Amino acid sequence: MLKDITLGQFFPGDTLVHRLDPRTKLILLVVYIVALFQAKSWWSYGLVLFATVLCMAVSKIHPRSIFKGLKPMLFIIVLTGLLNIFYTQGTPVLPGWIVTWEGIGRAVQMILRITLLIAGTFLLTYTTSPIALTDGLERLLSPLKKIKVPVHEMTIMMSMALRFIPTLIEETDKIMSAQKARGADFETGRLTERAKALLPILVPLFVSAFRRADELAVAMESRCYHGGEGRTRMKQMKLQGIDALALVLGAVFLAAVIVLRHFGL
Amino acid sequence: MPELRIEALTHVYSAGTPFQKTAIENIDLTIPQGQMIGLLGHTGSGKSTFIQHLNALLKPTSGRVLCDGKDVNADKFSRRDVKWQVGLVFQYPEYQLFEETVYKDIAFGPKNRKLSESEIDERVREAAAFVGVDEELFERSPLELSGGQKRRVAIAGVIAMRPGVLVLDEPTAGLDPAGCRQILDNVAAYREKTGSTVILVSHNMDDAARMAERLIVFDHGHVAMDGTPEEVFREPRRLIDIGLNVPHASAIAMALRERGVALEGSIYTHEQLKAAILRAKEVGAC
Repeated sequence: MLKDITLGQFFPGDTLVHRLDPRTKLILLVVYIVALFQAKSWWSYGLVLFATVLCMAVSKIHPRSIFKGLKPMLFIIVLTGLLNIFYTQGTPVLPGWIVTWEGIGRAVQMILRITLLIAGTFLLTYTTSPIALTDGLERLLSPLKKIKVPVHEMTIMMSMALRFIPTLIEETDKIMSAQKARGADFETGRLTERAKALLPILVPLFVSAFRRADELAVAMESRCYHGGEGRTRMKQMKLQGIDALALVLGAVFLAAVIVLRHFGL
Repeated sequence: MPELRIEALTHVYSAGTPFQKTAIENIDLTIPQGQMIGLLGHTGSGKSTFIQHLNALLKPTSGRVLCDGKDVNADKFSRRDVKWQVGLVFQYPEYQLFEETVYKDIAFGPKNRKLSESEIDERVREAAAFVGVDEELFERSPLELSGGQKRRVAIAGVIAMRPGVLVLDEPTAGLDPAGCRQILDNVAAYREKTGSTVILVSHNMDDAARMAERLIVFDHGHVAMDGTPEEVFREPRRLIDIGLNVPHASAIAMALRERGVALEGSIYTHEQLKAAILRAKEVGAC
């Protein structure tokens, strides 16, 4: 039951998108988001949609996995759509109605914007392993080290957190089974009872999380970990030809969206 | 005291996804009441999946588990009731301790069964006595105890439900030899006093050989061997091929036989080994 959670899950593969340098993908994601918020007309939305679908097709990510990730956001998406339908002024659809043509158009655009935003982000996390992602982030943010931002510490915390999500889920599963074997009931009862029933899971989970953190710290220290200074990598990141190509395409894409906006199309 | 019957039990994890994995396939077993069973198998052989079916924690993909002739997965109530009949102690059970005091933690199971205060009290004291947890520890926090004590408190938490079948998954993992012995002695004493069925999942062949009257060997989700220790240890080669150890005495006997010493019978304890060697000497086989 708990194993069904997809949270930035990585789908290994060997497509063009998978092979891009994580830094390129991070930059492209920023470009993509900027372009998405610059889009105003149907033409530019069409262009962004086309780019998204193209990337999805190249990366061979099944649309179903994107939709699965969208599910938790459904409420926000629907709410935004409804608000836009009812609160936009313009020509009513039928005389006397508060629903306007402009409202419907805006609602569709807003829904499209949120959906594409999430889909783009998923495209990044589905095609990039968490380790590569944090490595790329560290490299991209490394100029900030000059002004004493603890970039390495931040990214190592991020990669550890990501690394331990599956472990914690497995642990939760185990503890739940053990308590169920002692007759604990997590499925029935009133809300307060159910909240109370979580205690036998949460206490052991916290205890073991702290124990794990402690062990991890000792294991790192005994291998002489002392922060990011002077640390080298086994896998050196190198920008390839396709990265350059992808970045150029990204720039063209952003320019096109801005030009479309400029001409009011 | 219940009798367990397992019929054509199959369990497939993540069916219908690329991660699909058949953990156990077509298991048929009958476990009569009061038996002491050693369940053997290497990691990933399906034994942990198997035992979680015995108290309906996992739902079979196909097949049935019958407790006294009733399907344990018949409905919500039978799935609940079977947990009182079949007590399952997981590996490293000390990780399930959560209450403020040892007493409350042992009382968790009986309390879930909505028993009266006096009944709960009686069961907690009885369970603690079985595993050798001193009543002085009752008001301590379970997290302050030593590893071995924690383990015993956790086992007491299951025994307090007075299950007719007690299943223990590697109860001695990670304990020192004295702690191991103590836990196994506690389990043996519990069985003797209550007449419960005990299923002991173990890697340690010497323990299994010494304690169990029946051994079931799992391999790749199937029952590879099933019989008395004498029958199972008669084929030490087969156990080794499956990826398991054999008891020390069996290993020595096997080595001697390979060097041409004609030892008789199935050998799995040191006493048997000694007797067999002396006999071989008498008849002049070495």
